[in-house]
Amino acid sequence: MNAFELFISSILNNNIALVFILGMCPLIAISTNVKNARGMGIAVVFVVTLTAMINWPIYELLKATDTTYVSFIVFIITIAATVQFLEIFLERFIPKLYNAFGIFLPLITVNCVVLAVSLFFVNRDYNFVQTTTFAFGSSVGWLLAIVLVAGLREKMHKIANPPLGLKGKAIVFFMLGILALAFMGFTGLV
Amino acid sequence: MKWIRMKYTKSYNILRDGISINNPIAIAVLGICSSLAVTNKVENAIAMGLGVTFVVMASSLVISLLRNFIPSKVRMITYMVIISSFVIVVQLFLQAYFPSIADALGAYVGLIITNCIVMGRAEAFAVKNPVKYSIIDGFASGMGYALVLVATASIREVLAFGTFLNMQVMPNTWVNWVVMAMAPGGFFILGLFIWGIRQWTKNFEETI
Repeated sequence: MNAFELFISSILNNNIALVFILGMCPLIAISTNVKNARGMGIAVVFVVTLTAMINWPIYELLKATDTTYVSFIVFIITIAATVQFLEIFLERFIPKLYNAFGIFLPLITVNCVVLAVSLFFVNRDYNFVQTTTFAFGSSVGWLLAIVLVAGLREKMHKIANPPLGLKGKAIVFFMLGILALAFMGFTGLV
Repeated sequence: MKWIRMKYTKSYNILRDGISINNPIAIAVLGICSSLAVTNKVENAIAMGLGVTFVVMASSLVISLLRNFIPSKVRMITYMVIISSFVIVVQLFLQAYFPSIADALGAYVGLIITNCIVMGRAEAFAVKNPVKYSIIDGFASGMGYALVLVATASIREVLAFGTFLNMQVMPNTWVNWVVMAMAPGGFFILGLFIWGIRQWTKNFEETI
């Protein structure tokens, strides 16, 4: 599978949110309006691509020394450190960008997508180029999903009146279900 | 008599809180990723539920023991390291004794680390409470999570494969609902489940 095919497939027919069901907690919590959803999504794209690029050589090092069983701890430390570094860096040098999505950064450490991408490239034996493409594509797919859900929620707020028990977060599951059905239509695209 | 008195102890309240009143999935909507991805087979759901229960209990124990020594600035990364060491224990255990389940769960075992329930209990409970109550709280949250997982998985496995714990329960003429084994089925069943629990406990959200 070449890089372009991998990129398209990780956005559409293997969408990380709607097919692999990852990153649901922040997706449900932050998708109340499109502006916040977009900020969170872009922050995730940055962090996921960066951490996957850092984690790949580290995993090669672990393989060479035959200590792959500690990979979970190493990956999570890399992710937490990257997020912390990015936060300090943006606050110091690019305050405009920091104001736009700096508040979402601390939440990203516990976003499953970040760790999942690192675990998936291990499982699937990707090389460096494939890992970077896959990480970028998956996070763009997640951005697409959260913006779609946020748009639906904004519209629903104006026109619909769901039953009491479905108010708030519960109705989001049905939206996600319908979106996931729609994304199944991309199966076999690439 | 002893049973009646027990109803008013702190431990009982913590247990009830975790399992029913503040059920991590149904009321707080946490830990959704793993609960949707592994619930197409009951055996996977049981393994995941027990794994998460173990990790929450063990990490609550350690964090509660160390709660006076962890500087608050680096507490997140400290929790992460503690949690991921226990997740490694779970993964090695599954690979050694239940290799087929470890294969089916795949990367999702590692994702227990970022399961919001584990982190949430550490941050909300274990840092401020003594060891004994932290363990009970971890057990209650883990069990509340496992119960919803197994319930969702029972519905999905019966509809998607016509089996329960790999035993045939539906008649031979049953046509499998393929969509139930995939992501949309998970979303719909869990959504219905949360709706039911909220309607039953009258625990509604005010916002949209």
